[in-house]
Order: sequence, then structure tokens, then C-alpha cells
Amino acid sequence: MTGKLESGRKVVEGSYAVAHAAAMCRPDVISAYPITPQTHIVEDLSQFVADGAIDSKYVNVESEFSALSALVGSSAAGARTYSATTSQGLALMHEVLFNAAGMRLPIVMTIVNRSMSAPINIWNDHQDSMAQRDTGWIQLYIEDAQELVDTTVQAYMIGEDPDVSLPVMVCMDGFILSHVFEPVDLLDQEAVDKFLPRFTPVRALDPKNPESFGMFVDPEYYMEFRYLVEQAMDASRPKIEDAARKFKSAFGRYYGGLIDTYETDGAEIILVAMGSLIGTLRDVVDDLRSKGVPVGLLKIRAFRPFPIDEIKKVIADAKVVVVLDKNISLGTGEGAVTTEIKAGLHNTDINVPVLGFVVGIGGRDIPVTTVQRIVEKAKDVARGGTVSAGASEFVDVKHDLISC
Amino acid sequence: MIPHAPIGEAGTTIANKTGSWRIFIPVYHAELCNGCGTCETFCPEGIVHKREGGDTFTADYDYCKGCGICARECPKGAIEMILEEK
Repeated sequence: MTGKLESGRKVVEGSYAVAHAAAMCRPDVISAYPITPQTHIVEDLSQFVADGAIDSKYVNVESEFSALSALVGSSAAGARTYSATTSQGLALMHEVLFNAAGMRLPIVMTIVNRSMSAPINIWNDHQDSMAQRDTGWIQLYIEDAQELVDTTVQAYMIGEDPDVSLPVMVCMDGFILSHVFEPVDLLDQEAVDKFLPRFTPVRALDPKNPESFGMFVDPEYYMEFRYLVEQAMDASRPKIEDAARKFKSAFGRYYGGLIDTYETDGAEIILVAMGSLIGTLRDVVDDLRSKGVPVGLLKIRAFRPFPIDEIKKVIADAKVVVVLDKNISLGTGEGAVTTEIKAGLHNTDINVPVLGFVVGIGGRDIPVTTVQRIVEKAKDVARGGTVSAGASEFVDVKHDLISC
Repeated sequence: MIPHAPIGEAGTTIANKTGSWRIFIPVYHAELCNGCGTCETFCPEGIVHKREGGDTFTADYDYCKGCGICARECPKGAIEMILEEK
């Protein structure tokens, strides 16, 4: 049936690209609640279902809480499942996110990253998904529409691996990726069928052999189940790398595994970021390298599990690490990526200064000139300048708007 | 050995008799009951049912937690919440 959707290179909206990719994975059940800027994805998918282009069951619900709950039940019954949400919708799923991970259900969900209220704002930053970083979901952050398509397929392969059996968030920047038209290679159904095996759950609900899923567990056993989730996260590391490599051999495209690097050989200054900002940073690196500035780029593709070993290898010989966070962990004065890299370097023999910068909050533009200014500060530290031990800098904050 | 996820025997909701949590017990006065079934509709536990061979309602006290919603909703005032001595 899915043959009705055209494949091949087309200029499409990022939202259509991800809807198409999700469709090619043949989800048995889709459930979602529309919310800007995720809406086009679920509209496209419901159109595919209405047109009979895909066989998925589309469950209409009254909230995001119900959308994810419907998928918890479906996934427990052995269905391949898909949803998409953002911001307040993801926050409303918070309780169910823990359940999906704790019940070890490999749901795949696209997060169209958007800021959190208040104040209400529909534009992009990473606060929504970063706030869910402890729920037990694998989190992959995406640079462009093609990576989004290809990673959606990889997400099922990773999450459904029996050694992992965890849900996966594929995080894309709202508007910047969801509403932009780009040339994209839309995947062919036969090729995806060949690449992605059918979902075989570790255990599934079965009326012939009734069992209870999501049991009450007392203190004698609870900690062990949480430990198992952490072990599964750890087991996902090589699976994320494998999925990326297998995808490369099947489709010829590769975006890194847990991380990717760009011009990091001999780099004294290494920029670290996630998501669509990577595109801007590649241009900045190209420009600075052409002027002889030894700057490189580390793209964090998997934020969960956090790839600290891979990061350490890349930054070990650098003079300064610059982290650009599109989120802030309020009360720590810095973004979570900065905090986690610092924590990962503590008690090791790597002693590289880590400079944190909070950027692009609520859709604030991050122009090349802003990044260049940040690199100037990093150069000073690389030359032996002092590093403030304090909080990250809020980049491009308009102090004239703040009365105090 | 524990399984990979919290999965276990079916039917534990039946085995776990939550009636012991009750402080107030709903007493269903059959002589006042008109059999409308509002109590059955509103019971959040799904444990209100018709008496065997009759048209009036009562609760399954093995599982009734004594929330009192049935008594609040009964249009005939046929359900009385009484402090349960244990």
C-alpha cells in the first residue's frame, strides 16, 4: 500500500520529509495531538492514512498525554508505534515518558524542538527535550532534513534492538527544519523494508498467555529495574554506531554515530553543539580555517546516551572547548551540555577549559557574527587568558531591555 | 532473576483486595434504590453491580475503597457513608 507515496529526490518541507520517513517504517499505530510547530508532520501522516497510502492505525486523542499512553498500550501489544510532539505537548507527556522507558517500549517520537512557556513562544530552542533528559529515552539531535529522514529509520533499528528495547526521541529544530523546504531523498519502501526488519518485541501482551505489563514493584526490586534501564542505555551506544554504519552501506549517507566531527584534527578550539546550528558552525569553521585559525567542530548526535568517551577523545589535545547550549538548566547558570561535558572531564587527566554559552533561546537568531565573537573569546583563553569559573554567558541578551 | 521490564503474572488487581484501604463504607439501602445505575456508572473502580436476581445495586466490598462518589451521585440518597469500625 505504501507504494502510493513517491520516493526519490524531491523538494519537500522538513515536516513532510519526516512524515514520509515515518510512513516508510510501517508503523502499526500512530497517535499524536497537533501542536505548533509539529502540526504538519501529523497532518501529513493522517492524510497518508486517510488516502489509504499507508496501513497504519491512526488513533485520534484529546491530548499528548493520551497520545503517548495509546502508544504505550500499542507497543506493549507488539505494535511498531510513532508519534511527534513539541514543547508543552512533550511536557504533558512527562509522566508517560518515564513509563514508556521503564516498560522498555521502543516507541519512536519526533520532537520538533520549541521553547517552553512562560512566556509563550513557538520558536526553536532545545529546552523541551533537554528537560526530559532523565526519562530513559534515547535522544538523537538532527542537523538537516535528510539526516532527519535517515535517522528516523535508524531510530527504529536502535530502539527495537532486543539488547536496547528503549524509546527514541528524534529531535529536530522547530521551523528551522520543520518548515523549510529542502531537496531530500525520500526513501523507497522496498529499500527500507530490506534495511529495517519487522519489529519483534522482547515480550508482548498475548491473550493466550496473559501477563501484566508495568507492574507495581516494591523496594526489593525497583532499583534493579532502574539499573536495567541504565544498562540498556549503555548497550545502545554501539547500536547507534552500528545503525549509522549499516545505513551508510545501504543508502550511502552517514552523519556520525554518537558524535560527528568536522575539522577537529589539530584544532585548538573545538566548538560543541547539537541540531541545525551545526550547519552555521560548519561555515564558521570553514571561514576561520581559511584564515589559519585552528578551530574544529564536534557535533553531539546522541545526547542520551551521553557520549562522554567519544567527546573526551576528540577534545583531549585541544586548548579550549566552546559549548553552545540552546537550553538552560535554571539555577545552574548554564546549559546541560556544558554541565555534562564538565562533569565528564572531572577526575580525569584531561584538563581543557570548557566555556559555556547559552544561545538561541526562544528562536533568537544565531548569526555567524555571534559565533565569531564567541570564537574570539575562546582564542583569548587558548592563548592562556583567564577562564571565569562561573556561569555560561547568555549570548546576545539585550541588557537595555532589562530594568534592574 | 527479574525480567527485562516490570512484567508479571496477570490478574494481580483481583488478588490485591483494596477494600482494606477503606475508612468509610457505602451502605446501599435497597428499599430506597430505584435501580437507575448512576452509582455503577460513576464508580471509578468498576466494582458497583446489580444484586443477584434483583434490580437494585451494591458494591463489591473486597475492592471498594470507600471514595464515596456513588453516595454523592445517587439521586435517591440511597447510599450512606458510614465510618467503618475495624
